[in-house]
Amino acid sequence: MSHDFSRPVTGHVPVLRLGDILLVTLQGDLYDSAAQQLQQDIGETIVSTGVTGVVIDISGVEIVDSFLGRVLAEIAANARLLAARTVVSGMRPAVAITLVELGLTLPGLRTALTTEAAMNLLTGVDPDTRSGGLRRESR
Amino acid sequence: MRTAAGVEACLPIRSDMDLVWVRQHVRQAAGLLGFGLVEQTKVVTAASELARNTLVHGGGGQLDTAPVTSGRGTGLRLIFSDEGPGIPDLERALSDGYTSGGGLGMGLGGARRLVHEFAVDSAPGVGTKVTVVSWAAVPRPREEY
Amino acid sequence: MPEHETVGPHGSPSREVGDFLRRRTEQIAQRWADEPLFRTVFTVSRDEAVEAGRIVVEALAQVADTDQVHDPDAAGFTVVREQLARMGAARSRAGFTTAQVSNDVDALRPPVENLLLADLPEEDSDRVRECATALTVLMGTLRLVVLETALSEGQALIERQQLQLMEVATPVIKLWDGIVAVPLIGTLDSARSQVVMETLLEAVVDQHARFAILDITGVPTVDSLVAQHLMKTVAAARLMGAECVVSGIRPAIAQTMVHLGLDLGNVITRASLADALAYTLHKLGAGIVDATPGGAGSR
Repeated sequence: MSHDFSRPVTGHVPVLRLGDILLVTLQGDLYDSAAQQLQQDIGETIVSTGVTGVVIDISGVEIVDSFLGRVLAEIAANARLLAARTVVSGMRPAVAITLVELGLTLPGLRTALTTEAAMNLLTGVDPDTRSGGLRRESR
Repeated sequence: MRTAAGVEACLPIRSDMDLVWVRQHVRQAAGLLGFGLVEQTKVVTAASELARNTLVHGGGGQLDTAPVTSGRGTGLRLIFSDEGPGIPDLERALSDGYTSGGGLGMGLGGARRLVHEFAVDSAPGVGTKVTVVSWAAVPRPREEY
Repeated sequence: MPEHETVGPHGSPSREVGDFLRRRTEQIAQRWADEPLFRTVFTVSRDEAVEAGRIVVEALAQVADTDQVHDPDAAGFTVVREQLARMGAARSRAGFTTAQVSNDVDALRPPVENLLLADLPEEDSDRVRECATALTVLMGTLRLVVLETALSEGQALIERQQLQLMEVATPVIKLWDGIVAVPLIGTLDSARSQVVMETLLEAVVDQHARFAILDITGVPTVDSLVAQHLMKTVAAARLMGAECVVSGIRPAIAQTMVHLGLDLGNVITRASLADALAYTLHKLGAGIVDATPGGAGSR
C-alpha cells in the first residue's frame, strides 16, 4: 500500500452523465460533509436530468466505514424513490473483507465488479446475476 | 526497526475534518509498522468508527497513537478519549446493535471485531476512553478451540 | 527515577542491587563493551557499545528496584527488548546459535558480580550472599528475555514462511471467462481461511469473475468454524458484486451439517465441481451442448 496520501475531497465529487446513467467516481478520503453534499447533489441531478441509473465507482476508495456505507445505502434509497436504480462498483477486496467483519452487509445495495459491468446491469445487457433481495432467477 | 517517529501522535477529534486526519495518520502509522493491506484497512476503519463515536457521542476528544511491542511482535495502540457523558449501557453498546435500517448502526461491537485487543473505560460524568491494539502480523488462530 | 542519597543497605537485597547498578552503570557498561556480545555487535564505535551497555544496566536497575528480578515480563525489560533482539539477531546473522548467544549473555555476569562483591562490606556475609543471589537471578532473567526475543523472532519468521506457503498452495483457477474456482484442500483454520479469502477475492477482481466456485471436496470436516469462514468469503464476494457457489459437499458432510444445524444461508451449493461449473455457465448465458450428431442433449 502506498504511503502517498490521497487528497481529501473538499470540493465536488465528479458526476458524469453517460446517456441514461450517472457515473459518480469517489476517490480517496471523503469528508463526512462532502458525502452528505453528494447525496443531495445526486438526488437533484437525477431529477433534473431524468436519468434512470446511477453508478457509484468506489474502486479508488480504500476505507468504507459505517458512515460511508450508510451514505451509499441512502443514495440508493433516494434514487429508487426517484425511479432510478443504483449500482456500486469496484469495491476492493480489503474493503469487502472489512465490511463483512464489521457486520455491514448493505442489503438492497447492488454491486458490480467494474463500472462496465454496472452499466450493463443497468441497461439490461447482462442478466441480473447478483442476489441480495433483487434477484429474479429461479434455481 | 520500527521507531516511534511517525507513529506516535496526539490528534484532536473536534470536527468531521479531523476524522480524515485520524484515518490518514492511522493508515500511515500502520504502514510504518508493517501492517498488511487487510489488517491496515481493518484498523483504519475501526479508528474511523471510534473517532466518529468520540465526536458524535462524546462531544469531541482526542486520539493518542503509539507503537507497542510484545512477544507477538509490533503493534499499534489507539486510545480514543473524551470527557463526554459516558456510555449509559455499556453492555448494549458492545453488542451488535443493528438498527432496523438493515445493519448500519452497530455501536462498538463492530469496531471491536476489527481489532485484536479492545477495552472500554466509561463512566457518566467522567467521560469515555476506548483503548484498542492491533498487531501487525496475522494473528494465530485465536478463536480455535 | 527515585534519587538515592544514601549508599548502603536499605530495603531488600534486590533494591540494594538496583542501587549498586545505578552507582556503577559507567564501569559496568565499560566492561561489557569489551565482552563478545557488545563488541561484535557494535563494531563501528566502542562508544556505541558503552551507550548500549548503559541502557541495559539502567533497565536492569529498574527491574531490581521493583523487586522483580525473577520476572522476564517486568516493565523494566520492555525498553530493552528491541535492543536485545537486535543484538541477538546480529549475533545469529554472524552464524552463532541461540545457545551461543545465551552464553554470551551469561558472560556478562562475572564482571558485574566482581564489582558488586567489591562494593559490599565483607563483614555482613549473609547480606553479601543475598545480594549476589539477587544479581545472579537478575542476570539469569536477562538471559531468559534474550532467549524469548530470539524465539519470537524465529516464530515470526516461521509464520511469515507459512503464510507464503499458504499463498502458493492456494491456486485460484480460471475455469472460464468470468468463472474462477479454488479447490480448498485440508483443514481450514483461521489463518488459512484468511489467505484463501484474500487470494480468491484478488483473483475475482483480476479476472472480472462474476462467479467464484469454492470446492470443498478436499476439506475433511465442516464444522461451525469452517462454515463461518465460508460464509464470510461468500459475503465479501457478494459485496463486491460476485457470487459464490460452494461445491464438493459430500453426503457425509451434508449429514454432519444438518446434524449440527449449520446453515450456509442462501449460498448456492452443488455436489460436484462439474455441476457448479454447469450452473455458473448457465447463469452467464452459456451452455454445454452435446455436439455429436444425433445427440441433442444440452446440460
